[in-house]
Formats: sequence, C-alpha cells, structure tokens
Amino acid sequence: MAIKRSAAVAFALGALMALPALAQDKPKELVVGIATFLSGPASVFGVPGKNAADLFFEELNAKGGILGVPVKPVYVDEGAGTNQLISEYRRVVQDQGAQVMFGAISSGSCNALAPVAEDLKVVNVMWDCGTQTIFEEGKWKYSVRTQGHAGAEMMATLLYLMKTKPDFKTIAVVNQDYAWGRESWALFQAGLKALKPDVKIVAELFPKFGAPDFSTEITRLSALRPDVVLSTSWGGDLDTFVQQAAARGLLKQSTFVLPLAESSMERLGAVMPEGVIVGGRGDHYFLHPKHKNSAEMQSFVKKYRDKTNVYPIYPTFHMNQAVTGLAKAYEKAGAANGGKWPTKEQVIAAFEGLEFKSLTGTITIRSDHQGLEDQLLGTTKRVPEYPFAVYDKMALYPGKLVTTPVGEKSLEWFAKTKLDLVNDKSIETFDYSK
Amino acid sequence: MPPEMLFLAALDGLAYGSLLFLVAVGLSLIFGVLGVLNVAHGSFYAIGAYVAASAVLAAAGMGLPTWLAFPLFLISAILVGVVVGGTVEALLLRRIYGKEEVLQLLVTFAVFMILEDAQKVVFGTQPLFANAPMNWLGTIEVFGIYYTNYQLILIPLVALAVLVGLRLFLRRTSFGRAIVAVTQDREAAMAMGINATRIYLFTFMIGASLAALGGALSSATTSLTPGIGSGMIVLSFAVAATAGLGRIEGAAVAALMIGLGRSAAVYFAPEFDVLIPYLIMVVVLLIKPEGLFTTLQTRKV
Repeated sequence: MAIKRSAAVAFALGALMALPALAQDKPKELVVGIATFLSGPASVFGVPGKNAADLFFEELNAKGGILGVPVKPVYVDEGAGTNQLISEYRRVVQDQGAQVMFGAISSGSCNALAPVAEDLKVVNVMWDCGTQTIFEEGKWKYSVRTQGHAGAEMMATLLYLMKTKPDFKTIAVVNQDYAWGRESWALFQAGLKALKPDVKIVAELFPKFGAPDFSTEITRLSALRPDVVLSTSWGGDLDTFVQQAAARGLLKQSTFVLPLAESSMERLGAVMPEGVIVGGRGDHYFLHPKHKNSAEMQSFVKKYRDKTNVYPIYPTFHMNQAVTGLAKAYEKAGAANGGKWPTKEQVIAAFEGLEFKSLTGTITIRSDHQGLEDQLLGTTKRVPEYPFAVYDKMALYPGKLVTTPVGEKSLEWFAKTKLDLVNDKSIETFDYSK
Repeated sequence: MPPEMLFLAALDGLAYGSLLFLVAVGLSLIFGVLGVLNVAHGSFYAIGAYVAASAVLAAAGMGLPTWLAFPLFLISAILVGVVVGGTVEALLLRRIYGKEEVLQLLVTFAVFMILEDAQKVVFGTQPLFANAPMNWLGTIEVFGIYYTNYQLILIPLVALAVLVGLRLFLRRTSFGRAIVAVTQDREAAMAMGINATRIYLFTFMIGASLAALGGALSSATTSLTPGIGSGMIVLSFAVAATAGLGRIEGAAVAALMIGLGRSAAVYFAPEFDVLIPYLIMVVVLLIKPEGLFTTLQTRKV
C-alpha cells in the first residue's frame, strides 16, 4: 500500500514537472561553441577574443541569458590545424549539444567550417574572419557574419589614403605571405588602378608569415623611397616590421598605411611615430570619437582592463558583435514565434535584415548573411594622455558606402570604383579630443 | 640595378646569416657529438629570447643603464643552456642515446612541444619586444641607407667570435680535445679515462647556450610570439643539413649562403624569398647527399 502511494506521488510529481517543460520547450542552457586561436601566432587575436567572450557571456547571463536561458561558452582551439578544428567543431555540436557555433578567426577556418555547419544544421556565426569570397562565391544557409569583410576594410583604407595623401606617385607593399596578405593586396591594387591609374607600384614583397627579420625588405624600401608603404600585416609580424623600420628611419621617409595597426598600438608604444595611417578592421576603437564616453564603452574598457591589464583591441569588439547579434536574433525569432523557444532555422531567418547596436555603431545583416559595418581610419598622433599613439584626423566610412553590393564580386566592384567616393558626403570626420 | 645595391643586399644577408649560424652551429655540435638530432633546439632559441627580453625589460624597469643588456644577453643564454638544456639532457636524452633514431627524434619533438606550451604559460601569448639595446647602439649610413649597428656589426661580430672560439676550444683545450675524442670513438675515449657522460652533458649545455644566445640577440630586433622556435629549428636544420651534420665551419658557410641567397631573392625575385633556404639545401643535397663539407679536410666537430 505504502509503495503504491509513493509511486502515485512520484508519478504525479513527475507529471507536474514535465508539464512546464512541454509548454516552454526551452533548453536548460544554450551551449555556444567558439572557435578561436588559443595557440600559435594568431593567439594575439584569439586570446583577447576569448577574454572578451567570457566577459560578455557573464554579463548576458547576469541579465537572464537569452530568452531566459543561460548561455554556456565552450572553446575550441583554431591553432591546432584545420582537420583537428573540424573534428572538435563536430564534437562540440554532436556530443556537447551546441546549438550555436562561433567560427572563426582565420578565413581558412571559416571556409572549412561553413560546409560543416550546413551538414550539422547548426547556427554558425563567423565572428572575426574577413575573406569577402565566402558569401560572394558561396551560399550558406546556416552561416552569418556579424562584421564587415576584407573588401570593406580595403576600400575604406584606399579611400582614406586618397583623401589624406592624394598626390602620391609610388607605392610599395609588404604583406605576409598567406591568403590574407595576397587577397588584401589584390583588392587594394584593383581599386588603386581604378582611382589612380598612373601610380607606380615599385615593390611587391611578401615575406614569410612569422618572419623574424625584415632587414632586406627595409633596405630595399629605403633605396626605392616609395611615397607610400602599405602593409596589412598584423601581430608579431607587424610589431617587428614597424620596430625595425622605425629604427632605420624608414617611417620618416615614406607614409605608412597599416590597416590592422589598431591591434598593435599599445604594444608598439613609443615606437609608433605620428603620421602613420592606421585602421582596425571595422569601426571599433576604444577611443571611438562618437562612442568613447558611452556608459557601455566605459564599463567594457574598465572591465576588460581589470581582467587583462591592456586596452581592448578589435577582436574583442568583433566578439561583442557576435554575442549581441546572437542575442538579438534569438529575441527576434522568439517574438516571431509567439515567445516560444525558436528553432535553429528560425534563428537563422531572424538574422536576415537584423539591425543591432554594437559598442561603436550599428550592424546590419544583409540578405546574403554578410554584415554591414562602418570603417574607421585615422592618422597616428602622440598625446600626453596615453603612452602609445592614438588616432587623429579620423574618417568614419558608412558600411553601406564601402561594402560591395549584394550579388557583386569585390574584385570587379573595386575595379570600377569612382573618384567621387573619396569625398562622399556620408563620410564623417573627427579630430582627436580628450 | 646599381651595383651598390648588390653590396647592400650582401650586408643584409650577412646579418641574417650570422644569427642563423649561432643557432645552427649549436644544433650541429650536438648532433656531431651526441648523434641526436635535437628538435628541442628551437625551444632553447625561443626561451633564450624570452628570458633575455624579460631581463632587459626588468632592468629597464629598475632604471638601470641600457648597456647592461649586453651582459644580460650572455647571462641569460648561459642560464638557459645550463638549466633547461642540462635538465633535458640529464633527465631524458641520456636514456635514449642507444635507441633508434626515430625514437630520439620523437622524444626531442615531444620536449619541444612541452617547452612550447611552458613558454606560453610563463611568458603569455602577446608579442613581447625589448628593442632598447638595438636603438642604444644607433645607426650607420651606408650608401644613403640606414642600418642598425646592432644588426650590421654586433651580431656578425658575435658570430665570428663564436666560430673562432669554438675552433680554438675544440682543438686547443684539453676538454675540447676530449669532446673530439668521444666523437671519434666513444669506447676508446672512455678506456683512456674520459668521462663520456660528462662530455655529453657539457656539449649539450654548450649547444643549448648557443641557441639561447641566438635567441637573446634576436630579442632586440624582433617581436617574440608563440611559435618563433619552430621557424628557427626548421631553418637551422636546413643550414646544418646543407653543411653536413656535425660540421662547424660548414655551418658558418651554409648559414652565410642561405642568408645571402635570401636577401638576393628579396631584390631579384621576391616570390622566392621563402623558398631560397630549402632550394639551396635541395640543390646541395642532390649533388652532395652528405652535405657540403664531408671531405676529409674537415673533421667532424
């Protein structure tokens, strides 16, 4: 009798507990797998990205998570090689039940992961990679990019150079010898030929990725004396190049254009002189002229510095865009679904046309899943407030202006760039202020 | 192309080759004496660089004068060679001298991986640089182009000193002769009362210190990031193989060849910059499979 009664109670309890679960159909937690570089040279971006992700997910969970569901990040090391990355990616989705993946930093990884995400039917947010070809040459239902692409970055860089130094006659390029170094130069060159066909390209140098010494390149550039030296290098390579070029007076001889230098400014400290054209793969900058004093930015910079002792660099902002974009897409999909937990397909659909605020502007996701992001460039200036160079004479290029339109290929679009783009009215300019 | 450009290219090649020599000669020496191809050599280079950079930055933080960096380089190199190198030899390599070469390669590779991770834990993943010593030595103008005295004069001088010093040490000192004796015939040398275990340990420490010295010297010119060791081990292996493993003078010539070849490539065929060291190695090995310096005139070690 006693056994029977307790069994009945247990059954009733079970039914009671099962009921709300049926009605809400919400998971206990939302597992988000994040592919980032925890090893290798690109960990200069990957580790800050992870540090920022930890902060953002903590904040998100403190506010109740996504639609009331706490989010749990799981990290996968991109530095272990593509094959290992793919199998880890699959493992996180299939064994750990990740419904969302953030992949990845390297364009090579993104190219490899997009088809895997289709296969696994998992929402894949390309949180940092830049290659424009992903959505121009392929169509990926489950992948979406929450930031601009290499085309927008290079177009803005070119326009800024044309605006600040319109009469240069010679240019040399020193890029890392891998996909990004080659691709970014191909884009820049195509646009340059359209805008300034008489410019002479005096040297195209592609030193080895991770090269410890650029002496020969610097000697050659010193002899050639080009008006402009472009380098899309980053991380240790960029630090070494700038350091060696500065020691030998090359930075005073030519105007340097360094579209990724934002991520090296604090490390380079006093080495970086004034007058260098710099960018940071988007509109993000902790001293963004419009957003540096916003409550969100101040709180983020403070928390990030407390945690890591350095100022946040662009991958941390890209991570913010991925996390915010994801939360907004879930909210939008949830609302469309009558407040119920959305399916993966509904989340992906919600991304299309989604507009959300980032720490430094507004991101719009186009119908081809490519994000529209503004681009900020500046010229270095030394100020007493910081022990490293800051942006001055800034120009903010609207994402729509500098991003290749849907359905067009960037290389072809660059080749038909018109000069009036350089002084388009939608470009805002700012000087450095405290 | 004006002829002085050729001269300028040669200057760059000299500086680059000198640094390469410092690391490669250590690898070659260890192989010559111990018969082990030490992949972990790249780690000694990287750790030497990190320790030296940290020491220089710490000294600068204490307000000490910049010239102190140069003795600090030497101290860091010896410290890394003796402590890290000595530990690896005494605890690990000593057990595998009689084993198959593949096993030796795998064990030193494992040590390399472990040390690589250890660096990340100790020194972090963010690029680190300490360029004060390079800037302190100033620049020199050659045909209107500025070179740093550090790269153009100091590094080649150190390389030359190491080359001459090693030669004298191995041929004129009794300890050096004992090393040569063990290399030529270990059993006979032991029968003559030479302590081979001790010889192995000291040779390994010297080789590791040379790699660490190369790293320490490079720390003033380059950013230190995870993975610098692997780039260096591949290149210095190319040097050692081109020279013939175990040949010291050969390593100097091969390092110079690769340095000059690389800088010539940057001028005349930039696309081949990355390929040049290996191209030289392949051509040499096709013609002389044992390496450049395998004739009877050059002794092993």
